[in-house]
Amino acid sequence: MALADTAVLIARQPAPRQQKRGSFRAFAWQGLFLCALALFAWFVIANASDNLAARNMNFGFAFLSQRTGFDIPFHIVPWSTADSYGRALWVCLLNTLLAAAIGIVLGSLLGFLLGVMRLSANWLARSLSLAIIEIVRNTPQLLQIIFWYVVMIQALPPPRNGLALPGGMILSVRGLNMPSIEMGAAGLWPFLLLVAALCLVPVFRGLRRRHRAFGWAAPLLPAIALMLVLLSVDHLDYPTLRGFNYVGGVVVPPELIALVGGLSLYMSAFVAEIVRASLQGIARGQREAASSLGLSGAQALFLVILPQALRVMIPQLTNQYLNLTKSTSLGAAIAYPELVQIYAGTVLNQTGRALETMFLVMIIFLGINLAISGFMAWYNARVAIVER
Amino acid sequence: MTSLRKLAYAAALAVCGLGAAGLPAEAQVKSATLDAVKKRGELNCGVDTGIPGFAFQDSAGKWKGLDVAYCRAIAAAVLGDAEKVKYVGVTTKVRFTVLQSGEIDVLIRDSTLTFTRDTQLNLSPIAVNFYAGQAFMVKKSLKVASSKELNGATICMLTGATLELNIADYGAANGIKINSLLFDKPEEAFAAAEAGRCDGYSDDSGSVAAARSTMKTPDDWMILPEIISKEPLGIFAREGDEKWGDILKWTHMILLTAEEMGVTKANADQIKASKPVDPFMQRLLGIDEDFGKPLGLDGDWSYRIIQAVGNYGEIYDEYFGPKALGLPRGTNNLWTKGGLQYALPLR
Repeated sequence: MALADTAVLIARQPAPRQQKRGSFRAFAWQGLFLCALALFAWFVIANASDNLAARNMNFGFAFLSQRTGFDIPFHIVPWSTADSYGRALWVCLLNTLLAAAIGIVLGSLLGFLLGVMRLSANWLARSLSLAIIEIVRNTPQLLQIIFWYVVMIQALPPPRNGLALPGGMILSVRGLNMPSIEMGAAGLWPFLLLVAALCLVPVFRGLRRRHRAFGWAAPLLPAIALMLVLLSVDHLDYPTLRGFNYVGGVVVPPELIALVGGLSLYMSAFVAEIVRASLQGIARGQREAASSLGLSGAQALFLVILPQALRVMIPQLTNQYLNLTKSTSLGAAIAYPELVQIYAGTVLNQTGRALETMFLVMIIFLGINLAISGFMAWYNARVAIVER
Repeated sequence: MTSLRKLAYAAALAVCGLGAAGLPAEAQVKSATLDAVKKRGELNCGVDTGIPGFAFQDSAGKWKGLDVAYCRAIAAAVLGDAEKVKYVGVTTKVRFTVLQSGEIDVLIRDSTLTFTRDTQLNLSPIAVNFYAGQAFMVKKSLKVASSKELNGATICMLTGATLELNIADYGAANGIKINSLLFDKPEEAFAAAEAGRCDGYSDDSGSVAAARSTMKTPDDWMILPEIISKEPLGIFAREGDEKWGDILKWTHMILLTAEEMGVTKANADQIKASKPVDPFMQRLLGIDEDFGKPLGLDGDWSYRIIQAVGNYGEIYDEYFGPKALGLPRGTNNLWTKGGLQYALPLR
């Protein structure tokens, strides 16, 4: 009854004719477009499955539980040749994420530095920044990565006369060997506590600002957690030369260094231009006002100009981050075992499942990049000017 | 006794009858690939993008190598002209997909014939044109005499092949750990090995010899004696075209038979002119006009193969012999000389 009444009410209201017709038309077009899209998708899928059937092939992901039998040369979680293709996906996904994460952080920092240098009053800093930006952004990224890799493996000494760096680190053509931290009985728990403590700091800082209880924990909590970590370290495992190579410690392979270096340098050139444009986009009066208040140049930059420029930068930065993440696939060219090399290469060949492996790789990249852009959109909304 | 004889007689009749019924169908050879190749007037042959010995382009851009000679032989048999070949250089990654999708008619790209490729990729392994096994090449300065001493070593190699699996299996069987570093292209892998990023390079024995020849100072490198796997390299076709497979298979057999019977590019005409009575020789040299019929080809097809590329031994010598890569015939010799190459009879 209530529904009927509402319907009558709506019917009685004099609807704006123009708008109604327009919305119907738009709706019809959208419906038509959707139909066409569905038809096209159906055609593609039917065609693909016909072709697969004609070649006696089938589509399925059962192969993910099969044993691989190959080695993945660099892995941050345990990997053995007896593991499955599904595990291989996890291992190389982490390799991809590692390269992307380091690349984004390094590239942003370097890009920011270059962007600020570009606007510097100092001629040397300005010109240096200009030269770097123009060289880096105008040459192909793949070429740069291969260039860095080749230069690095040609320039570094063989493992038997590796360069000893401070802190027990050794640099050779096999990579950067670093001492690893071996934890005692507590295992990884202290590390997890430290991470949790760092995550909780903003909460306690809020309490402290409002003079609530536990506000004292803001600076102390991470300090306590860090103490715990240090206390539960059993020993440091130093790399030593044995046979062909270094054993013990952890190694950062030259492939990762070249890939991350190449990616972040490339991105930094674009970030620098974004930073420069955003800083220049802030009204001149802001800087003048800051200096009339007696703020120094650096203070004006960090307290007045940057917070405003950040709002303009974020959407552009998001694009750069997405690009960098996708470009980690160039690691395949220099033997860095990431998603594309392992999945679109080795796994595709071992199993012959071209469609499935490509599908998985695409879905994963889509997922990673949607997550990044989702996060950046959230951050953008947070720092945006609240308009009333 | 008589009843048994009658039964045998009836059975023989039945078989003959069936055979007769089957004859018309057999006479008309049906091969979609053969028809397509003839119509196109060109053979699409999938080969390696560039590896000395198997398939490479010389300074004039002309394709050469063992696998390339096979492409030429097939074109000579099917199209009557060894030059009518379009070479499609395919990487390890895409080779099987390219074949499955029909972009090439045959894949002759130093690819190992394996169980998975036969059963799961639905490809047809045709014949082994090169018996290889995975070998290691290391710098002499490492002072290693056997691959069993490679524990902890890092080896550069190509991705997407059986190499990674063999190394892992070999390590497991010998209780050692050999690390592999995987590259997309041979040049990059060579460069990394040369720069010392890895302790050595690994590939099929023929390719390792080729790799050694491309190093700055080949004498700094040695090939370790162990062969850690069986790598029968050969010809792949798509499954489902048996007749096309027959043509490919018998092209290989003709090359072997020619060597076995001492027929070479140079003496083929002379032997043919002497009108040999040996029926095998008659078939080989195109004197028996019906020899090509079951394949849908003319009687001269085998003769054209020999004219175009010579026999198997000649091809091997040209690309792997002492004047080329210097790889001993070994298992690739004829069965009569202690090797594995064994041709089925041209009966």
